[in-house]
Amino acid sequence: MAMNTATTANPATSLEGEKPSGKKWRYNPHKVAHTLEKLGLGYFSPIARLIGRDEPAKQVRAIAQNTFLPLLAFAVLLLGWQVCANTVATDSQKIPSPAETWSAWQDMLAFSAAERAKEAAYYQSQGERVARFEAMALQAHEAGNTQRAQAIEKRMASESTKVYQGTTTFFDQIGISILTVLVGFILATLVAIPLGILCGLSPAVNTALNPLIQLLKPVSPLAWFPIVFVFTTWGIDQAPASSIWQRALFTSAGVVTLCSLWPTLANTAVGVAAIDKDHLNVAKALKLGWFKRLWKIVLPSSLPLIFTGLRVSIGVGWMVLVAADMMSQNQGLGKFVWDMYQNGDTASTAQIIIAVFFIGGIGFLLDRIMLVCQRLVTFEEQTV
Amino acid sequence: MKVSSSLTLGLSLLAAIALPSCSKTESSVSTSTPADPISASTPDAPPNAVSDELTFLDLEKDTLKFGFIKLTDCAPIVIAKEKGYFDDEGLSVAVEAQANWKELLNRVINGDLDGAHMLAGQPIGATVGFGSQADIVTAYSLDYNGNGITVSNEIWEKMKPAVPKGADGRPIHPIKADALKPIVDEAKASGNKLKMGMVFPVSTHNYEIRYWLAASGINPGFYFDPTTKQVDVPGFLNGDVELSVTPPPQMPAVLEAGTICAYCVGEPWNQQAVFKKIGVPVTTNYDIWKNNPEKVFGVSKEWADKHPNTWIAITKALIRAGKWLDASLENRKEAAKILSQPNYVGAPYEVIANSMTGTFEFEAGDKRPMPDFNVFFRHNASYPFYSDCIWFLTQMVRWGQIAEQKDDAWFHETAKKIYRPDVYEKAAKMLIAEGLAAESDFPFGSDGYRAPTSDFIDGKAYDGREPNAYIKSFEIGLK
Repeated sequence: MAMNTATTANPATSLEGEKPSGKKWRYNPHKVAHTLEKLGLGYFSPIARLIGRDEPAKQVRAIAQNTFLPLLAFAVLLLGWQVCANTVATDSQKIPSPAETWSAWQDMLAFSAAERAKEAAYYQSQGERVARFEAMALQAHEAGNTQRAQAIEKRMASESTKVYQGTTTFFDQIGISILTVLVGFILATLVAIPLGILCGLSPAVNTALNPLIQLLKPVSPLAWFPIVFVFTTWGIDQAPASSIWQRALFTSAGVVTLCSLWPTLANTAVGVAAIDKDHLNVAKALKLGWFKRLWKIVLPSSLPLIFTGLRVSIGVGWMVLVAADMMSQNQGLGKFVWDMYQNGDTASTAQIIIAVFFIGGIGFLLDRIMLVCQRLVTFEEQTV
Repeated sequence: MKVSSSLTLGLSLLAAIALPSCSKTESSVSTSTPADPISASTPDAPPNAVSDELTFLDLEKDTLKFGFIKLTDCAPIVIAKEKGYFDDEGLSVAVEAQANWKELLNRVINGDLDGAHMLAGQPIGATVGFGSQADIVTAYSLDYNGNGITVSNEIWEKMKPAVPKGADGRPIHPIKADALKPIVDEAKASGNKLKMGMVFPVSTHNYEIRYWLAASGINPGFYFDPTTKQVDVPGFLNGDVELSVTPPPQMPAVLEAGTICAYCVGEPWNQQAVFKKIGVPVTTNYDIWKNNPEKVFGVSKEWADKHPNTWIAITKALIRAGKWLDASLENRKEAAKILSQPNYVGAPYEVIANSMTGTFEFEAGDKRPMPDFNVFFRHNASYPFYSDCIWFLTQMVRWGQIAEQKDDAWFHETAKKIYRPDVYEKAAKMLIAEGLAAESDFPFGSDGYRAPTSDFIDGKAYDGREPNAYIKSFEIGLK
């Protein structure tokens, strides 16, 4: 699709190139639409074309279709959800209705706001405590009790640097989840790309590793967790309780790594193995060194496939993260879901539904970001 | 929820009568001495008031993280945090819900958590090597009682005719498992043993439901058979029923799904069953053993050795929280409100308040005053008695979790390794010096053994000083 639009956009770019100075900017619907599509914002491209008066009737139809069909599907989902809420109920639990879910969302916002207020109150009381200690230390000095004064001063110093340790709110948990998946994904990439290149370059390495890769690829995150847990307990020191870099985060990230490295690994290997023989021959003729050959020939030509792998990897990583968080007690969205499940109230089921929407939305966003990266390298590869 | 307003009204009335009356009967550990600053403090008093006499302990670590399981008896930890008692000690504490008891214990062992709300049996089980092996110690007992046994509606219908009733037609308490025995026998004869839930192999609940069943001649199953030397990890060996592990918050759902037909669990998960009409609590652990130890605040021995002063500071804050919880009915209500927050227990306020404010609802509508259903501080509930530890050890031997024969000395030595009243007493003395507690709040001078008692459902006498004699007194159980 990217290629098609690239060719249709060509006359436009050449036209623009003929502009005498480039100072006078002219709206080019093709170019804008193409850019939007490349950025994964295909929904807006008919709008861009419509603004440029490019086949208006066709664009209006496309916009209507793109808007109303998904809305219709969403309405059907809401309806089905409402029906479930009315029917699926046992004595101890039920599916919350969309309205109940909405009010649960408002509760979550209120809870988060209350938590922020508590944080502010804490810092205020901290100030008061420090002031009180100061007075007490002075008193102790005056009374000639230097030892006590020193103890108070020590407490005062530690008190003033103390950080508020409140409840991790839903929004904090979203942040921690994204951070965790990024750590896991970066680790996975650092392992998968070099290994994939080795597999792609050397049939011997490929033969050696292939059975292992096939064996480990389908393993569930729940099975990896206890193994990763032993490793992180052994290899990572627990950070202070107030730090974001808790050991549990690395346990979760480790599980993400182990589950998400395979698509990148496989795609890199295929991409590297499929390099045009002519390119390699040229490299040989130019007597390029191993690293130069890797950097100038191998990597650029396998980039599109590597990025396809990365995109699948981050999707897998995000998907397993919730399970990993549940197990490792990392303060992410998985822990949120588990805690709410344990609360066992209809309102907590509603909060889980909110979390489901957020998990889906963020997964979608991550996928879009990777799609854009993927298209950028694909495009470059064609222009180079 | 519709009945909640009338319920809470009735409940507060009942409890208002019940709570003071119990402190009268226990005058030796009265909670309301005039010098008691906690009960004297008004709600307007600043939560973070720093006493002039405050002892400034040289803290080895001041930023801590504690774990808990969503049960009402995590209250002292939550209250110490919410009321600023940890802050007063110079501690910044994060309190984090854990997925299950195993996970919580593992995270205390590996240092992810500095300390945690633990089943009293957990430090003991870990130290003697049943389950995860690690040295865990405790200086603070979080509460007494607080559990119940709930059976499914179906079982209750079958049991009810055989339960002795009083003049008012209501069942006479305590309800023994006698009425359950024919049902158990019938199920066993048909080849489908009744399945029941408890929360953890070394949990109080496991020992309580086993005790209750065995007191009526039902064999709950063993973990070890000394004649064949066979070890049975699930603990089903030779049992008339099958008792298996289910995490507390999942109990009602699992009962409703029919996977199990009875369970023993802490609050609010028994009251939840009544509220949602999926089961009937038949007895509480208060009736099985009056004032039995339930949860403790556990830390790893390694942690305790590295942070002795921090440990004392934590214990000070917990003592204050325990005192606050038992000081008045208003405090209990406030605590129930705090615990109902989604980040703590998260169950509805009405459900939590039902048991925390001095009542307990059995069959729907059969609500009885139970002032001592939750005891956090009265009756010296927070003091880590060796004899409490030894009771758990006797039950571990009884059901085959500890396979070898042990002499009495071993029980005493083991208890002294795990329970640390010395740390508790240090904390208590500092609080007295700071004017935050009274001498009469604590059992100073105790040798660590509670007076022998026969306040058990089967009337057996327990003396912590003679564990082997106690073990031998059971008809069902290894000796």
